[in-house]
Amino acid sequence: MTAATLGERDVRRRHKIGSYVVMSAIAVIFLFPLVFMFVSSLKPDAQILSDVGSPRAFIPVGDISLENYFGVFDRVPVGRFLFNSILVTVLTVGLGLIVNSMAGFALSRLRWRGRVLVLSVVIATLIVPFETIAVPMVYWVSKLPTLVVEGGVLKYDFGWLNSYHVQIVPFIANAFSIFLFTQYFSTIPKSLDEAARIDGASWFTIYRRIVAPLAGPAFATVAILTFLPAWNQYLWPLMVVQQEELRPVMVGMQYFFQLNTAWGEVMAYTSLITLPVLLVFLSFQRAFVSSVAASGVKG
Amino acid sequence: MTTPISTSPAAGLPVPETPRQAGTRRATRGAALRRERRTGLTMAAPALVLLLLFLILPVLLAFGLSFTNARLISPNPPRFVGLDNFLRAFTSDPVFLRSTINTFVFAAVVVPVQAGLGLLLAVLVNQKIRGVTAFRVIYFIPVVTSIVVVSILWRFMYQPDGLVNNFIDTITFGALQGTAWLNNPDTALGAIIVLSIWQAVGFHMLIWLSGLQTIPEELYEAARMDGASVWQQFVNVTWPGLRSTMVFVLVTITIAALGLFVQIDVMTQGGPVNSTTTLVYHAVRKGYREQETGYGATISLIFFVLVLLVALVQRYLTRDKD
Repeated sequence: MTAATLGERDVRRRHKIGSYVVMSAIAVIFLFPLVFMFVSSLKPDAQILSDVGSPRAFIPVGDISLENYFGVFDRVPVGRFLFNSILVTVLTVGLGLIVNSMAGFALSRLRWRGRVLVLSVVIATLIVPFETIAVPMVYWVSKLPTLVVEGGVLKYDFGWLNSYHVQIVPFIANAFSIFLFTQYFSTIPKSLDEAARIDGASWFTIYRRIVAPLAGPAFATVAILTFLPAWNQYLWPLMVVQQEELRPVMVGMQYFFQLNTAWGEVMAYTSLITLPVLLVFLSFQRAFVSSVAASGVKG
Repeated sequence: MTTPISTSPAAGLPVPETPRQAGTRRATRGAALRRERRTGLTMAAPALVLLLLFLILPVLLAFGLSFTNARLISPNPPRFVGLDNFLRAFTSDPVFLRSTINTFVFAAVVVPVQAGLGLLLAVLVNQKIRGVTAFRVIYFIPVVTSIVVVSILWRFMYQPDGLVNNFIDTITFGALQGTAWLNNPDTALGAIIVLSIWQAVGFHMLIWLSGLQTIPEELYEAARMDGASVWQQFVNVTWPGLRSTMVFVLVTITIAALGLFVQIDVMTQGGPVNSTTTLVYHAVRKGYREQETGYGATISLIFFVLVLLVALVQRYLTRDKD
């Protein structure tokens, strides 16, 4: 009896150790390119190449400095690129939270004509990947009217290319965000609305003071799920922004990479734009994980 | 005025309203309903207008433009050309056909491998042992790393004297030599497949994991009680419980795989000798870089039809379950 129990415990323990070994080996596969990137960003080019064949490639040894980072800042307006990306991301996510949550509120709690139709159209558009409309959309935004100030006079002109708004406005409304808000809001009891209506609250007040404050998790999920694509935008700004001053970090990096084979500086640039996102992820990893899990329920 | 009511036969019932009062209340209720309708539409309007302008209209535009010779910058208005663009794609554009084949090959490998590895990782990190969350986080790190960064990084690793070849050289003691992975038409697409899976598999691990966690523990206990092995538990309890998760995972990977673009643009620009060109890459090359919006829209539309087919298959599979 005792022997059998011991044996079983032994097996379980061996199984557990085996799991740790396998999981650690896989962790190495996922981590080594990134470790290599951060370590190489601190080394001069010649040393990066000579270290490649040995474990030294993954250890910050030898001629370690921040030279490459200074080099990047000297060569390209990377500060400007970062500013552009942060601006575009903050506005896309922030305005998206407002616009999509209001739509979700209207779709889940108010009775109006066309509501059911609108909801089914929103759900139908979920399957349209951005890549299918990217090319026609460039054509489309190049025809849209825009306001410009020319010599102190406000005029209107055509074409949204080369601007901040062309990087933001098309991505504010998001069918999936609307869908998530609609789902979440419909789990909040409607009796709250009725009580507030009797007290004379307007619908907008109910949205702002009652429903939105109760929907923290939905706002967090939508913020996280829209933050990554906004920060990582590549195809769209590649096509609609030629001016260097308006370029976001990802496109700026691709230009930098094409002009430049100094690997140390390239690694410094990639590290520079990866670190902030990684830090955000690591500090909010629990929220990230549950947001991704929430995105799976739409199936 | 009040006394007659208390003595009337209707005592105890709600006080009958004078016609005017009833009218006012109906009017108030009517006004409230009208206000609700108006507010509903107003609050939804910003999102609806934006979706209309930047999603629905561009989809319609993709349809419309693909029957024209529209150019991105041109003094002439687009002219209707019928099915010319479609004929051109299927009969006289070998790069389009090559792009279609490459896209299918990419999806055919990535979909099963990424879904399978994702499930394997999910099972591993679903164990109730200490420190397992740390592994989940580590496996997810490539997902939050920009695909542009990942592509640049792997381009360095795939160089003839890069990390990958040095690694092969070390573990085989020089018996095997790597190649210039991205410059060789036989290996370029394969190399891109590997890094694409490496980057995205953590996302699907989490989706599988949330599926795994919906399966009640009692089912496993019952299976163990019946003497089921670990493998039998997986086949008879885990797998049936993951059906809808599986459909979702397969569909999202398929759609993402069909849209392959960034890796190609950063690493190979479709080369060498068109061995890595894809549908979306070709659509952008024609529709944007060569400014043939009409033809680019045609390629986008063909891509869209493929995505629709995948979505219909998903519909079919999920309906089957109910």
